[in-house]
Amino acid sequence: MTAHAETRRAWRDGLGVALATSAYGVSFGALSVTSGLDVWQTSVLSVLMFTGGSQFAFIGVIGAGGLAAIPAAIASAGLLGARNVAYGLRMSPVVGTGFWRRAAAAQFTIDESTAVSLAQTGLRARRVGFWVTGIGIWIGWNLSTLAGALLGDVLGDPRAYGLDAAAAAAFLALLWPRLRQRQAIAVGIAAAVVATALTPVLMPGIPVLLAAVVAIVVGWANWLAPRQAADPGAEDPQAPGGDLEGLP
Amino acid sequence: MTLWNAVLLASIVCVALKTLGYLIPPRIFEAPAPSRIIDLLTVALLAALVAVQTLGAGQQIVVDARVPALLVAAGLLLLRAPFLAVVVAAAVVAALLRLWGWAA
Repeated sequence: MTAHAETRRAWRDGLGVALATSAYGVSFGALSVTSGLDVWQTSVLSVLMFTGGSQFAFIGVIGAGGLAAIPAAIASAGLLGARNVAYGLRMSPVVGTGFWRRAAAAQFTIDESTAVSLAQTGLRARRVGFWVTGIGIWIGWNLSTLAGALLGDVLGDPRAYGLDAAAAAAFLALLWPRLRQRQAIAVGIAAAVVATALTPVLMPGIPVLLAAVVAIVVGWANWLAPRQAADPGAEDPQAPGGDLEGLP
Repeated sequence: MTLWNAVLLASIVCVALKTLGYLIPPRIFEAPAPSRIIDLLTVALLAALVAVQTLGAGQQIVVDARVPALLVAAGLLLLRAPFLAVVVAAAVVAALLRLWGWAA
């Protein structure tokens, strides 16, 4: 592929993913206002926090537990945002140098921009893929969040529209591409069981946090490790192709 | 803490995490255990959120229209349906089941 064709592909991939992901911001906006946040708070989450998994976790925990669940909501958002540390590490050599450029890049570092970038060939195309996807989603996601929040305000009972099921399905769709190795599948099942079993006895939000302990224990002990794990070079936990495949 | 403070604090935490990746030397996360834990953390939290969003109602566990909706979503994911189609299908299934009075 010529450099020009590579760059064009990066633009096309980035815009495609940005469009599909942005559409889904409508459901975030609608769910957020029905969870008890107002339109402004909802928009601030999309402008500032700008990382879908954490945003959904935050409103999910607030929706279930109200103001009493605020510490758990913040912790859930933070824990789900922890993977962005790994993405930042991978994007750091791609975005290049300069304080402002790197500061801006940090905010656009999310699942989608990292995945699209790493799926490109050549440094220039990877850069283009990162910025087009990141900025494209940021614009689209914020517009659709606002639209969803305004819409959610007039909808009434979100359950009548199946919005509660949509939230669960959204989490499942985010989770799906990560369920490839048996270690991840086992952690996912165990975490779901832990969270369900603890829900009747603990404050909303806490069961989800305790489910994270499963990941720490299994990850530390490396139970059910992938077979090639003995060779550190062979295991790539954030294989770019793997991430991209789950995208819309 | 007010909801506004929580929104801002959680946002700052998430932005700080994104920035952290650009600040720390890469070799810290080249060790297999930390990167594995970060990866599995995402899996565990998402799976727990799926469970709680599907079965939870406050502090109760209930089986209602969300369960068949999630099964449909899982089936579509198996068929590699696009993200948005999965989410919309789940909403439609739950909404219809409630409209027809087949599920709570």
